[in-house]
Amino acid sequence: MPYAVEQNDKFAAYAHPERLVSTEWLAAALADGAVENGGLVVVESDEDVLLYETGHIPGAVKIDWHTDLNDDVTRDYVDGAAFAALAAAKGISRDSTVVIYGDKSNWWAAYALWVFTLFGHQDVRLLDGGRDKWVAEERELTRDRPSPTAGTYPEVERNDAPIRAFKDDVLAHLGKPLIDVRSPEEYTGQRTHMPAYPEEGALRGGHIPTAASIPWARAAAPDGTFRDRAELEALYLGEAGLTEGDDVVAYCRIGERSSHTWFALKYLLGFESVRNYDGSWTEWGNAVRVPIVKGAERGSVAVTTGV
Amino acid sequence: MTTQALPSALAAIVDDFQALTEPERLQLLLEFSEGLPQLPDRLKDHPELLEQVVECQSPLFLTIETEKNAGPASPVHLYFKAPVEAPTTRGFAGVLHEGLDGLSAEQILAVPDDMPELLGLTRAITPLRMRGMTAMLGRIKRKVSAASGIGR
Repeated sequence: MPYAVEQNDKFAAYAHPERLVSTEWLAAALADGAVENGGLVVVESDEDVLLYETGHIPGAVKIDWHTDLNDDVTRDYVDGAAFAALAAAKGISRDSTVVIYGDKSNWWAAYALWVFTLFGHQDVRLLDGGRDKWVAEERELTRDRPSPTAGTYPEVERNDAPIRAFKDDVLAHLGKPLIDVRSPEEYTGQRTHMPAYPEEGALRGGHIPTAASIPWARAAAPDGTFRDRAELEALYLGEAGLTEGDDVVAYCRIGERSSHTWFALKYLLGFESVRNYDGSWTEWGNAVRVPIVKGAERGSVAVTTGV
Repeated sequence: MTTQALPSALAAIVDDFQALTEPERLQLLLEFSEGLPQLPDRLKDHPELLEQVVECQSPLFLTIETEKNAGPASPVHLYFKAPVEAPTTRGFAGVLHEGLDGLSAEQILAVPDDMPELLGLTRAITPLRMRGMTAMLGRIKRKVSAASGIGR
């Protein structure tokens, strides 16, 4: 059973207000026993694999992007059987309302939400502001690990096509809007990884031709919440030049930061067709003979003739 | 590589990790993150004296100190700084602090570069995250080598 959707002015301006909850709303839902009675499942998903252990929202379960959601052999996400087992173990059923939160303005939480969406999970929401806002407001944290009653989750085949782009899809997409959400240094090709982050190996630096540079964190306010609708429109419709109805692909380095932008475009601004290219720069920057533009200019796509 | 090649404090830490199940190893790493000593005041107010290890996912700064006129057998002291929001990085720093602080330059330089793999955390933490700890150990060894003149 879906849990009641939060109503407030900020969310009401978004295309899909049902995809967000505020810290106040979640605190009230917890006080009402929503987690104990199974109305809500709260999931923490962080970059740091130990952060949940230092203290988490009472009743929240942990899902790690790396060890739980990625296949450990193929560069891909887990399959339907593994996802069903993971969800059930965390107390999630197919019809559960899931609220995900995490560190770094929900960057990894958005990534987890995107993977849930690959499996067609219907009601999955983000906690606006994520872990940092909850902590800043000195709300309750605990180290008690919940032992949820197993959920009932069917083995669903992943449906990648609507929200996930592969390299060939991006090549076919060239000429339509792309958003590069990496740092300006990565976009220009000065560096191939985030400032102060591990070098993950890309042989070439730069960006996909015509991609607009909108670093992901610009969609977030200083407190980690999403910018309001007018601010997001100024960023993506104004600065990036998207227009309503555009078919958009977002990418970063491995698809995590671009999940955050994917969420903003898809659910807050209401673009129907937004795909996250999870191969991102670690694939594109190593692929043979794909076009790359260096420097701050977006560049252009060569017009090809013939079939 | 066996733990016999390691200095005794570090060998004891490795043994502790290896005796545990994977979830318990994460818990132990969390305890190390909480046990990481604070920087002394003379370093706290002088961030420029520490170097950042950029291979770590979260900001991690470290430095080493030796006594004046130190020889290869004099003790080396290690100092780390990492935010509490980065418990994994702090945990790695805590292991290296407890395992290496006060040892001689010779002893520290003899620690195998792939020692972090002995903790048995690679699967639970993932190889990507383990790289940060390997980089931390490498940085300590380079600084110790430069300060002591060994291996140059």
